[in-house]
Amino acid sequence: MLTIRSAATAALLACAFMGGCATKQPSLYQWEGYQGNVDAYFRTDKLSTDAQTQHMEEDLQKITVSGGQVPPGYYAHLGLLYGQQGKLDQFAAQMQAEKKQFPESETFMDFLLRNFKK
Amino acid sequence: MNWTKYFKVLAAVTGFVLMTGCATKAPQFDYTAYKESRPRSILVLPPVNNTPEVQASYSVLSHATRPLAEAGYYVMPVTLVAEAFKENGMTQPSDMHATSVEKLRQIFGADAALYVTISKYGTVYQVINSVSVVSVDAKLVDLKTGKLLWTGSASASSDEGKNQQQGGLFGALITAIVNQVMATALDQSHQIAGVATTRLMSAGMGNGMLYGPRSPNYGKD
Repeated sequence: MLTIRSAATAALLACAFMGGCATKQPSLYQWEGYQGNVDAYFRTDKLSTDAQTQHMEEDLQKITVSGGQVPPGYYAHLGLLYGQQGKLDQFAAQMQAEKKQFPESETFMDFLLRNFKK
Repeated sequence: MNWTKYFKVLAAVTGFVLMTGCATKAPQFDYTAYKESRPRSILVLPPVNNTPEVQASYSVLSHATRPLAEAGYYVMPVTLVAEAFKENGMTQPSDMHATSVEKLRQIFGADAALYVTISKYGTVYQVINSVSVVSVDAKLVDLKTGKLLWTGSASASSDEGKNQQQGGLFGALITAIVNQVMATALDQSHQIAGVATTRLMSAGMGNGMLYGPRSPNYGKD
C-alpha cells in the first residue's frame, strides 16, 4: 500500500509541477521569418526591397502549402513592399487580402488605399 | 495514516506546489476597465526611446506583433503604422505618442493603443563577457474612451540562466526569438529586446496582458 501511495504522490506532484504554469497550446499563426523581415525593413543597412519581397513571398508559399494561418499584418507588410516598388495593383490586392482575413484592419486598410491612390 | 488523512495532506502539498510553482505573489492588477473594454485590435505605437541607442525603438517594435497576436489580438501592421506617421510628418515617437486618441482611432480604427517606453537598451562590455540589458514598460489605452486599461513592465538580460526551463506558449515564443537571431546573426541587444518585449506583451502571465478574442483562452483569465 505504501508503494502505491508513494507512486500516486509522485505522479500527482509531477503533474502539478509540469502543469502548474504551462498549458500546452499550439501557435495561432505560422510565423516563418515574418518578424525578422519586419526587423530587416526597419534597419538602415536593410536588404533591398526586392530581396525582402522575395523572402515574404517564399514564406507565404510555405504557410499556404502547410495550411497554416497567415499572421496579422503579413499581407499588409507585403503590400507595402510592393507599393514601394511602384506596383500599386499588388499593393491594393494585399491590403484587400489583409482586410479579408482580419476585418479589424478595415479602417486602416481603407485609409491606406485612399491615400496611396493620390 | 488512513486514506482520508492522506489525501488531505496530499491536497495541501499539491496546492502549495501549484501556487508557488511559478508565480511570485505580487499585488493583483485591477483588470476592471480592461475587461469592460474588451479590445480586439491593438495599435502599437513606435516606442519612445530613452536610451542613447538609436536602433532601440524599431528593434523593440519589430518584436511586438508576435506575442500580441499569439495572445489573441489583431495587431495593426507595424511597418505601415510607422510609414503612416512619417507621411504625416512625424518621425519622433514622442510626437506619435502625443497624438490624440480620437485621431489615432480615426486613422487606424484600433480598439486600443499600446504606448511603449524603453528605459534600458544596450550592451555593457565587461572583462570576460558582455551583458545586454533591455527594460521596457507599456500602457494600454482604450482609443474610444481614453481610459487606461493596463500598465506593465519587463526586463531581460543576457546574463540570465541560459538554460532556464520556460514552458508553454511563452517558452516557445522565447525559443523562436533565440533561433531566429541565431539564424540571422543579429546583435545581442536585439535578441534580448525580443525576450523583454515578449515578456511584456504575452498573455497568461501574472499581472500581464489578458488574452484577446482570437485566443481559445479569451475570457478565461
